[in-house]
Amino acid sequence: MNFPLYFWRYFAILWAAVLGLLGAAIWLDNHRDLFETQPSPRIEAMSEKMMVDKGHELLRLGNCMACHTERGQAAGAGGRAFDTPFGKVYSSNITPDSQYGLGTWNANDFWRALHYGKSKDGRLLTPVFPYQHTTLIAREDSDAMFEAIKTWAPAANQKAIAQASKTLDWPYGTPLAIAVWRSLFFTPGVYQADPQQSKEWNRGAYLAQGLGHCAACHSERNEWGAIASVNDFSGGRMPVINWYAPSLTSLKETGLAQQTNQDIAKLLQAGRNDQATASGPMAEVVQHSTQHWRDEDLLAVATYLKDLAQQALQRAASASNDKSTQTVSIPSAKVLSLGAKTYEDHCVQCHLSQGQGVPGAYPALANNRAVLLNDPTNLVQSVLYGGYPVSTPLNPRPYGMPPYILTLDDRQIAAVLTHLRTQWGHQAPEVTPLQVNRIRALQGP
Amino acid sequence: MFLRTLKILSLWALCQLAPLHAQTPVQAFKDDMAERTRACTACHGEQGKAGPDGYYPRLAGKPSGYLFNQLKNFQDGRRHYNLMTRLVDPLSDPYLMEMATYFANLQLPYPPAARAPERVSKDILRKGQQLALEGDSTRNIPACSTCHGAQLTGVQPNVPGLLGLPLDYLNAQLGAWQTHQRKAAAPDCMSDIVQRLTSEELVAVSTWLSTQNVPLNATAAKQISVPLKAPWRCGSAPELSKARP
Repeated sequence: MNFPLYFWRYFAILWAAVLGLLGAAIWLDNHRDLFETQPSPRIEAMSEKMMVDKGHELLRLGNCMACHTERGQAAGAGGRAFDTPFGKVYSSNITPDSQYGLGTWNANDFWRALHYGKSKDGRLLTPVFPYQHTTLIAREDSDAMFEAIKTWAPAANQKAIAQASKTLDWPYGTPLAIAVWRSLFFTPGVYQADPQQSKEWNRGAYLAQGLGHCAACHSERNEWGAIASVNDFSGGRMPVINWYAPSLTSLKETGLAQQTNQDIAKLLQAGRNDQATASGPMAEVVQHSTQHWRDEDLLAVATYLKDLAQQALQRAASASNDKSTQTVSIPSAKVLSLGAKTYEDHCVQCHLSQGQGVPGAYPALANNRAVLLNDPTNLVQSVLYGGYPVSTPLNPRPYGMPPYILTLDDRQIAAVLTHLRTQWGHQAPEVTPLQVNRIRALQGP
Repeated sequence: MFLRTLKILSLWALCQLAPLHAQTPVQAFKDDMAERTRACTACHGEQGKAGPDGYYPRLAGKPSGYLFNQLKNFQDGRRHYNLMTRLVDPLSDPYLMEMATYFANLQLPYPPAARAPERVSKDILRKGQQLALEGDSTRNIPACSTCHGAQLTGVQPNVPGLLGLPLDYLNAQLGAWQTHQRKAAAPDCMSDIVQRLTSEELVAVSTWLSTQNVPLNATAAKQISVPLKAPWRCGSAPELSKARP
């Protein structure tokens, strides 16, 4: 079929117009800060000293330093590598260094970074910086954080920090890719308090969704690396580093609905409570952040999370036609006997024959939610690498578990974990040697 | 169906067996440092008397400051071993110091030194001995004994002894220093010294050291006989450069 020339001309004009409009929409969407009137820096009725102290506390609440510090380098000088499925990203220097850090920034620039995810020079930041969460931060909190940062000594990482545009795989680091991602998954906006809820609940929600950025790990990321929402805590696999952040709303995975607020707060403060021990990335959060929080903030977050967990429980109860009779295939006798033997040789000394553990020292394995998680990743990590819980004022001298990466092979580890998951009335799926090998091969001794 | 019954039966049989196994004597839980350092002794040997394969060095009887500095070096990325780093990362300084002191205070006999491998000539051993005890003044290389004690059994509280260590471990550590894989707090005197040695000299020193018996009842010296002269300064043992009272 032959179309006349003028048809093609109109066709091209139409397409150019569609693309132009789309481009303009994306551009406008990503540069809202140029058109929205910015709240001016608040002149707070507080002294500068008070503002700086508040800023330091907020930086702790957000655990900013954990990501913006590389091992062995100056605090806040950036350079810590983050491996993502889209390539590497290195954290930036947030000290007031005028060459490498925020030395030339003002409070507006800092606000723009937290609220709009944009650097001072207008560059769109990669969402590894969790601006889906930091956008919720109130202007006065942003200003206090910036005041606190200004009091630090400027510092530089000894190595040059590569920009994300160079370290991400093509095309993820290009400004266009980041702009499109933002248009799809990011909407700037501060936290809006829910008038139906108490002040404490709202404080908890503000911290958990915003500064605390809990959902950055406790929510599953989609194929574009975006979380469903800042208040989705239904659990997520952490790619590359291979940990599973359990669901905070599931009875099976964390059971917050049935814990007291004090118990939930204790896990965050002590790194451990009667039911669970923070390990892996959560131990790091306790170490650098939550153990230093005020009691009222810990309880506020506990109140909020517990309420969400209870709501989820009610929804599940009303929707349940009881599909929970999960059939778990019985592992082979060979696997079970290898598992029992391995447990006898290596685990029974501390965790005891009925998996009851030693209170205060070694966790019970019987009826332990972490043992029964569908995804065995965290169990494999614990057996391969062992580890200590965090030293905190409430648990200053923790007992530790040896690494078994050099002692046990994949088959033995899979079997002993399967043993734990089928003993003492447990019914969790078998762990395969392949699941163990994947983590061993990626991370090595 | 038959298979399934068999599986259930064998499962039942196993459950019957388990309590029998459990009767093997289990050491009772004791609230002490030996219990708290199980994660260490799993590789470094019972009471920290060295692991079976030469790569997990002895901890027992090493000066507490030295042990503490090593734990901090893993935390701060001056030494690299994923397993160690992951273990020490969540622990506080006071607790790490308590662990270091616990191992430092364990006095255990040393096993007899290894024989030199057959491929090593007498000349090499002589060269090693010379470097260890006299150094090489023409190239400004101090003797090991300058800082590690006249008997090479270490100096309190920060300098480790060099005897009673396996050859593999010594080679690996000196090699790591040469390739900047292992570091100490700046100024890193060990690094400066090791950079001046050739690979052959390095192997000669470590081989000679590994063939020396630890003197009976050896302990780390209280202080070095002559304070360290400029330009040498050690960030991990600043007391070495200080004048004596």
